[in-house]
Amino acid sequence: MTAAIPASAPSPAQGPAQGPAQGPAPGAAAGHVRTPLGEFWRRFRRQKVALIAGAFLFALLMVAVFAPWVAPYDPATPDYMAILQGSSAAHWAGTDAYGRDVFSRILFGARISLAVGFLSVSLGGLAGVSLGVVSGYYGGWIDSLIMRVCDVLLAFPGILLAIGVIAILGPGIDNVIYAVAVFSVPIFARLARGSTLSLKRAVYVDAARAIGVKDRVIMMRHLLPGALPNVIVYFSMRIGTSILTAASLSFIGLGAQPPSPEWGAMLADGRSYIGVADNVTLFPGIAIFVTVLAFNLLGDGLRDALDPKLRMA
Amino acid sequence: MLEYLAKRLLGIIPVIFAISVVVFAFVHLLPGDPARLVAGLDASQEDVAAVRQSLGLEGPLWQQYLRFAGNAVQGDFGISLKTRRPVLTEIGERLMPTVWLTVFAMLWATVFGLLIGVLSAVKRGRWQDYGGMIVAVSGISFPSFWLGLLLIDLFSVRLGWLPTGGYGTWAHFVMPSFTLGLGVAAVMARFTRSAFVEIAREDYVRTARAKGVPEAFVIWKHTLRNALVPVITMTGLQFGFLLGGSIVVETVFSWPGLGRLLVDSVSYRDYPVIQAEILLFSLEFIFINLAVDVLYAFANPEIRYK
Repeated sequence: MTAAIPASAPSPAQGPAQGPAQGPAPGAAAGHVRTPLGEFWRRFRRQKVALIAGAFLFALLMVAVFAPWVAPYDPATPDYMAILQGSSAAHWAGTDAYGRDVFSRILFGARISLAVGFLSVSLGGLAGVSLGVVSGYYGGWIDSLIMRVCDVLLAFPGILLAIGVIAILGPGIDNVIYAVAVFSVPIFARLARGSTLSLKRAVYVDAARAIGVKDRVIMMRHLLPGALPNVIVYFSMRIGTSILTAASLSFIGLGAQPPSPEWGAMLADGRSYIGVADNVTLFPGIAIFVTVLAFNLLGDGLRDALDPKLRMA
Repeated sequence: MLEYLAKRLLGIIPVIFAISVVVFAFVHLLPGDPARLVAGLDASQEDVAAVRQSLGLEGPLWQQYLRFAGNAVQGDFGISLKTRRPVLTEIGERLMPTVWLTVFAMLWATVFGLLIGVLSAVKRGRWQDYGGMIVAVSGISFPSFWLGLLLIDLFSVRLGWLPTGGYGTWAHFVMPSFTLGLGVAAVMARFTRSAFVEIAREDYVRTARAKGVPEAFVIWKHTLRNALVPVITMTGLQFGFLLGGSIVVETVFSWPGLGRLLVDSVSYRDYPVIQAEILLFSLEFIFINLAVDVLYAFANPEIRYK
């Protein structure tokens, strides 16, 4: 575990650089203080693939936010004069069985997939990290209980847990967020617990306790930041997995329901037209694949930049 | 070894108890009165009472649980609300198709995952490595249901070589098992590569090379055999995840297995079947994990004596 400092810490490297008048004076070394953030960025910059993935995801986020202005057609308005058309200048990705523009639907679908991904992983991450820090800090029976439950949850494939939650809450995209959040909890709990265990014996934590700092404050201010680097890496990777799981749930009919332009639901819709109009399944499939791939590649790059020791090569 | 096995077997008893409670509580977690939910909004008072009895929802909770657990131990999970047949019969018919599907998927995924992983590790930094890892990271990101649809489009609709779905001959197995195994093959390839690379850094591998052992021998005897230990664990765990993946793949290929039964039951609110399936899946995962741990302990004495 590298000595971790919150990624949000202000970078002193930018602070002292008050102007170009630094010159080759002895003080120049001060301009080169290596902050963890600066070091991270220096390494991350070299990960070309991850940079491209990150840029793509940023573009996708913009498109999702501004979908109503970017999309050439309304995603829900049918046009029965133009059903199941192939790609053309008017309809880049063709039209579906109701004559709706597939490209516009994919752009609107990006909103759903990104929202489900971010929300579910944030929810699961928040719960998991809190449990993990508490578990690692207090130890004892609290620790055993939380970790036992996590072990059981981890042993299940995500989709089965999600289906269990859906079976109780009922199908629908809102419930998919909770369903997918559940299986992110144990991973984040383990990560946070690991870093908490290694940090709670640090001198500064002992010192904080000695001067009477409250447990809650120690956990929030001194232990939580240590877990953040790993949490960020997994955050990116889990979003990819969550988007994939949510799309799977919609595909099997337990997530977003048909008129919704959710990518998995669009694929389920297009199933009946395989061989007749392949564009209806081809383009939403590409959208899911490329988005999930980008999150995974970004996660790989973040991991390598945060901790070169973990690097596979 | 026997002592370790006994300890592990005893250890899963509380887990099974916890899962049985969760599965039992499942019906009670539903918002509203489950009997009313099942019988329908316009059902008469008598109908609701009849459904309540058939779901075993009478009497105090602890009595309900004892009845549920007692019946479950004897293989009685009640009657399917959809087909009106015993749940055990429904599940029994669907079990083998799912088992065979996962076994075939696991077989090809292990073989190809190992091959790609070892090739990538041996040719580290060269095009084989980059090629292998591109395939692997793509395989992890590929939606299995989309892959299934693409295969159906190509091999069934266009070429007419393979059936679009269903169960019966070997031809029915080709596309579903390929689709199901791809993600696992990708995970195996990545994992094998990193395990292999790690072992290749060990002193004894360098020593072997230094004393002039032929390269092929270094790879097979010194590196691969040691790298396989963590890979075996991984294989076992992936088995559980294949069972989860089968839920989606069975839907794509109209496969008459447990996964599709589960999806249908959730859509139909066939609670007795859902309960039995969740219990069955959970038990499968527990025993697969147990088998993995025992195998691992067998391979690595350090764990046994801890």
